[in-house]
Amino acid sequence: MNPSREAPALYRYVLRLGDLALVLGQRLSEWVGHAPALEEDLGLANTALDLVGQARLLLAYAGEIEGRGRGEDEIAFLRDQGQYLNPTLAEQPNGDFGETIVRQVLLDAFQLALYERLTSSRDARLAAVAAKAVKETRYHLRYSAGWLLRLGDGTEESHARAQRSLERLWPYTVELFEADALDRDMAEQGIAPSLEDVRSAWNRHIDEVLAEATLARPPDRPFTWFGKRGEHSEHLGYLLAEMQYTQRAYPGARW
Amino acid sequence: MSPVAAPSVMDAKGAARVQAAWRALGAVPDPELPALTLTDLGIVRSVNLRDDGTLEVGLSPTYTGCPATDHIAELARRALEDAGVGAFSVRPVLAPAWSSDWITVEGRRKLEEYGIVPPSPAASSARTWRGAAAGLIVPCPRCRSARTESISEFGSTPCKALHRCLDCLEPFERFKCI
Repeated sequence: MNPSREAPALYRYVLRLGDLALVLGQRLSEWVGHAPALEEDLGLANTALDLVGQARLLLAYAGEIEGRGRGEDEIAFLRDQGQYLNPTLAEQPNGDFGETIVRQVLLDAFQLALYERLTSSRDARLAAVAAKAVKETRYHLRYSAGWLLRLGDGTEESHARAQRSLERLWPYTVELFEADALDRDMAEQGIAPSLEDVRSAWNRHIDEVLAEATLARPPDRPFTWFGKRGEHSEHLGYLLAEMQYTQRAYPGARW
Repeated sequence: MSPVAAPSVMDAKGAARVQAAWRALGAVPDPELPALTLTDLGIVRSVNLRDDGTLEVGLSPTYTGCPATDHIAELARRALEDAGVGAFSVRPVLAPAWSSDWITVEGRRKLEEYGIVPPSPAASSARTWRGAAAGLIVPCPRCRSARTESISEFGSTPCKALHRCLDCLEPFERFKCI
């Protein structure tokens, strides 16, 4: 193994995982103080907190792999959008509560399938983070899937809106399972699972939830964005502008 | 106490330091659940004496995003300093991941007294997206009624879920099972 080639690949792979957690966590935190009920405010905020916690572990690890002395904060607050490697779905706006729930189900099921397999990664550090995160992710999916059942199998209005959100967000799910050279490299080294396996597990969860929620699975369509390579939708820039404002305006500020 | 060879002076001193560290950490209340100590919660994973004479204390975070994690490490450091255990370092231990199964019997008793339902075995937490509480009775800590319902899997801190008693109508908290 050539370490000079391996290190940056692992760095980028860990960023993909960490950026997904961070961007989704930041999105969910936008609900704080705005959710339809106190319990949902707590549910979304708690999920956001877990995700940001996962991101901290992953980005700190990415910094160590990179070996240039950057810590979790510098990696989170001082990278531009082209350097963020989260899948595009994570940065999609919250929309109404139903749209947030649809996005959450799609990504919770993805993270669950991924983390379950990463627990047997050859990379001990990733395996440890995944073993920790998988327990939290089960809670997240129970929460989001529970709500999708109520919305999909609820009133005519909630059903129609949940179905619309599903149609709008579905195209972004293609990217989750589209293995590129980095994914294949990581899988060959036994660091990451094959995305085919992740997709099968994801399909099982999603088909079960959608059927029970009486929602129709949209057909897969070609897609344009490739956030995990740094090619994002227009929404990420705004999210980062808000998240990074303090560090950009007052470099090195701490509290 | 091992009945085998008498420990050397250094060993006895070292063992005393390890014990003192456990005692000190066993007296630190959790910032979110002050009725329980760090050892009750099972988050002190290890106290080891290294060859260079440093005591190495391993702490497991309960939840990755638990805002109290840094604070807990700070409280542990202060307690170890106050106890005068000598040179030490505190490091986070991720693997194996902390489980609510590690809360001690004493810790579970204190939780119950504090009005929080202790966690069921983590394995009872369903593997799928379906409700973990399905078929599981969570008795009300106030009136003992078995007729309760889940309000939310998420409560006031990352480690607790919200339930409600259908008899005395009081809401109550339950420690999440992870």
